[in-house]
Amino acid sequence: MHELAITQALIGLVKEHAEKVGAKKVGRINVVVGELSGFVGQSVEFYFDQMSAGTIMEDAKLTFKTIPMAGRCRDCGKEFEIKEMDWTCPSCKGKSIELIRGNELFVESIEVD
Amino acid sequence: MEIKVLKDILSANDQIAQENRQLLDSKGVFTINVMSSPGAGKTSLILETIRRLKGDVKIGVIEGDVSSSIDAETIGKEGVPVIQINTGGECHLEASMTYRALSNLPLQDIELLFIENVGNLICTAEFAIGAHKNLVISSTPEGFDKPLKYPLIFTVADIVLINKIDLLPHVKFDAAAYKKTVKNLNESAEIFEVSCTTGQGIDRWLSWLQNQLRNR
Repeated sequence: MHELAITQALIGLVKEHAEKVGAKKVGRINVVVGELSGFVGQSVEFYFDQMSAGTIMEDAKLTFKTIPMAGRCRDCGKEFEIKEMDWTCPSCKGKSIELIRGNELFVESIEVD
Repeated sequence: MEIKVLKDILSANDQIAQENRQLLDSKGVFTINVMSSPGAGKTSLILETIRRLKGDVKIGVIEGDVSSSIDAETIGKEGVPVIQINTGGECHLEASMTYRALSNLPLQDIELLFIENVGNLICTAEFAIGAHKNLVISSTPEGFDKPLKYPLIFTVADIVLINKIDLLPHVKFDAAAYKKTVKNLNESAEIFEVSCTTGQGIDRWLSWLQNQLRNR
């Protein structure tokens, strides 16, 4: 049910920005999603189709750009991509890692007419 | 025409969460968001805390569940103000639901507020509600791999309790490995072992809590 709340928030945000420029139609919504954000694109698309009906974003295409998880080693400062939940520094094998990318969830831009 | 938006999808929620925080600050209510998987012991910990601090600290509780008011009824028997939120299917509390509950609590009579979130290790971590501290409870029967499987919630935790520590002889739970994983994700998180059944470790949790109340 998480995605229902996200879709509602997404629609609200897009509506606000589209109305600000007096748009008649929203053609595309570009969303940036961090790998760790627990966001299921397919599920959002499903809700979006239902909830956008009759609004200026009806038939808009949703695109998702995924940001891989990245961390910074607290021991040696190395920045690296965290793959398959392996929170180990590839340089010094340190295990104390600060998350620097991967929990994003924002609308980057919208395309309007 | 392309319009740059660059705005967090949950920014509306974050905004209300901030307003909740301002309201709580203005009334002097120190608030803890209690999160865990179902059955880890959120209600038990809140009950034990109420029983031990009764008379010393004025406590209030918001109970978040998908449905039912079982938890609110149990807490209500302790004679503290409690509000039940039924999310009606949503798997987490949101700031707006929390705001409505806050409006129905006698905040002027509360020093310490527990907000028991819906039992869920995923979405609860994503929706800010305005609390001062995030408490995450794990329990030994769940296994020690939870921080690896659900890392996000452990990155937002201020304090982590390992509950049901009395069951350690009977379950496979490597406490050292668990703590190490949590510390790796979140260096500043405090981790205590407790048992709401035997009372083990509860004193340490209460002293952390009283320390927070003194320094707020």
